[in-house]
Amino acid sequence: MIAPPSAQSPPLAPSSPQADLPPQAVERTTRLIRQHRGRADALIEVLHQVQELYGYLPAGALAQVARELKLPLSRVHGVASFYHLFRLEAPTAHRCAVCLGTACFVKGGGELAARIERRLGLRLDDPAGNGTWALEHVSCLGACGQAPVLVVDGQLEPRLPMDDPAALDARLEALGLADGAGAACGGAS
Amino acid sequence: MAGPTPLQLRCCAASGCRSAGSEALQAALLAARDQLGGAAEAVTIKPVGCLRLCGRGPLVALDRSDGSELYAELTPDQAPALLAAATGLGDGQGDALAGRRIDPADPFFALQQAVVLEGCGLVNPESIDDALAHGSYAQLKRVLLECTPEQVRDQVKRSGLRGRGGAGYPTGLKWDTVALQPPGARTVVCNADEGDPGAFMDRSVLESDPHRLIEGMAIAAYAVGADQGYVYVRAEYPLAIERLRLALKQARAKGLLGAGIAGSSFNLRLEVRVGAGAYVCGEETALLASIQGQRGTPRPRPPFPAQVGLWGAPTLINNVETLASIPVILREGGDWYASIGTEGSKGTKVFALSGAVANTGLVEVPMGTSLRTVVQTIGGGVPGADGPNGGVKAVQTGGPSGGCIPAHLLDTPVDYESLRDLGSMMGSGGLVVMGETTSMPEVARHFMRFSVNESCGKCVPCRAGTVQLLQLLDRFVERQASIADLERLEALCRMVGATSLCGLGQAAPNPVLSTLHYFRQEYQAACRDPGQCEPLDACLLQEVTP
Repeated sequence: MIAPPSAQSPPLAPSSPQADLPPQAVERTTRLIRQHRGRADALIEVLHQVQELYGYLPAGALAQVARELKLPLSRVHGVASFYHLFRLEAPTAHRCAVCLGTACFVKGGGELAARIERRLGLRLDDPAGNGTWALEHVSCLGACGQAPVLVVDGQLEPRLPMDDPAALDARLEALGLADGAGAACGGAS
Repeated sequence: MAGPTPLQLRCCAASGCRSAGSEALQAALLAARDQLGGAAEAVTIKPVGCLRLCGRGPLVALDRSDGSELYAELTPDQAPALLAAATGLGDGQGDALAGRRIDPADPFFALQQAVVLEGCGLVNPESIDDALAHGSYAQLKRVLLECTPEQVRDQVKRSGLRGRGGAGYPTGLKWDTVALQPPGARTVVCNADEGDPGAFMDRSVLESDPHRLIEGMAIAAYAVGADQGYVYVRAEYPLAIERLRLALKQARAKGLLGAGIAGSSFNLRLEVRVGAGAYVCGEETALLASIQGQRGTPRPRPPFPAQVGLWGAPTLINNVETLASIPVILREGGDWYASIGTEGSKGTKVFALSGAVANTGLVEVPMGTSLRTVVQTIGGGVPGADGPNGGVKAVQTGGPSGGCIPAHLLDTPVDYESLRDLGSMMGSGGLVVMGETTSMPEVARHFMRFSVNESCGKCVPCRAGTVQLLQLLDRFVERQASIADLERLEALCRMVGATSLCGLGQAAPNPVLSTLHYFRQEYQAACRDPGQCEPLDACLLQEVTP
């Protein structure tokens, strides 16, 4: 078994990365795998639930899932890295997603993304962001009637006023996407 | 005015209106009703699904004995005025609702024909009792007791229904193929992995009328002899997933799913499977891999899933809208459905209208309605623009697999063949309107970026070809391209389209090809020296590879 590259522990001890995980979460993972009756085809469901538990998929948790679903770790890692919604790194404290679906694109989603990049001093789709915030793109949230939209910490923000820069700045400010938050990295308290 | 008919306020609780504040509005209406008392107490306030005009949410419909009215963009502090208007007590407060009342005779509503969406906006999506009161499951019960599977399939064949996921394969034929496989287990799968940017029809059906989909799936399962099924929903639709799961639970509790449904010997187990953000999983073989807990990569066909699908068993895969059409078809008869629409494309189609258009929202019209009717008359054209085409430059259909139809072809009827002949496709039903300011090479690049991101990486033409296409398109957007790039772009488009493994790669060049076809001058203008571009053939001879 090969541990994923991000794991800090030696590859030969599959249980050691798990030692870093809170015991309750490990226990909870075992329970939810049992709820799926250990079926390998429930892997994606299990990964969703594990991600909900930790906020991402830690290497130790993937190893535990592989062991308890009786799947090769390569298979579990392959699935976890294939799907866009699974995160293999711990997320930043705050997250913002900008929709770049066609309707949002037509209504200025691209400029919106660029504006937030400048405000926060980070790059789109860089999971590390500015240390506090990360900005990612989504391809369509099906909220095309409200375009352009943002998702800020899980909350959908409809109809950003792209034709009124002052109103847009005020709206972004109110959402905590403060100007210059990224000037000094992590300077936002 | 308060007649014997109960007064009712239907509050849109689909995710479009929710993001615009419909939950707070409904709470305010309930509070206002309690506060007003008297006549207001007789007003029923219920959450419903999509009321269509998503761009002006939150929407509330008011049902009175003499008809219905629709109110848009309401705020919680307008709740008392709305209740007063409902009970006929508050003529003096009419001003508070000025500009909020929408004319029901507006073409946006008047030209629609609700078939798939007939319960959408009327039923409470979280109440099976309300769904039953509106006729849900009546066809399932009737079919189980009165019809053979062959008779069901016959009605579907007569209806002429074709797959609403985009490809337009005849539904009845697909059902026959699955049903006529050698004896053994079969599975039905509902493809609710609605990933095309600009499409939200399936989301609306799931959020607004989930029991209709479950009934359609159960009838499909009966018709092909399946006893298990999955609904594969994309994870980006949390509200749809929540309501579908609730609906399944309610249906099980009422004996409408499970063993011995409605007193028959028919059994069906239905489960929800949630995707994890991979557009390619809308492709049927990738979707099957994902349901089985694997990476969502497609495989070559044949064998088709109808022959070899989930765990090797024959599997029927249909789109949400296709399955949601089934109960109506069985209620009214296949011939009735076939009388709507055109020769080759029967019935109605739901479109998600968005982009640079005055009225954004959900539109259901008979097949064969012209794009002009949908975009200009129903959609109201580009806000603030006029002229014969209402400021429309192009209409994008079919998402990243479709194309851009220019304004001068707006009179094209919407059906599978007409759109394909124009180099676009029906797709799942997203219609994104583009105004004069939209640059077509940028649109093409936008879709190519999407395809690069979503390519699963299994076959080389798609994995590497889309990246090369994107780099070429970058040159056009940045005005660094040469005429040779134009030639290369076209050749590479043809190669990727011809040699990719699945629909994603095969169709990825479509947005480029269609914009090249209709807006070639924009690509030419983006070349380093536009003077070189005329005439094209002559300058190709002079072009030196950089």
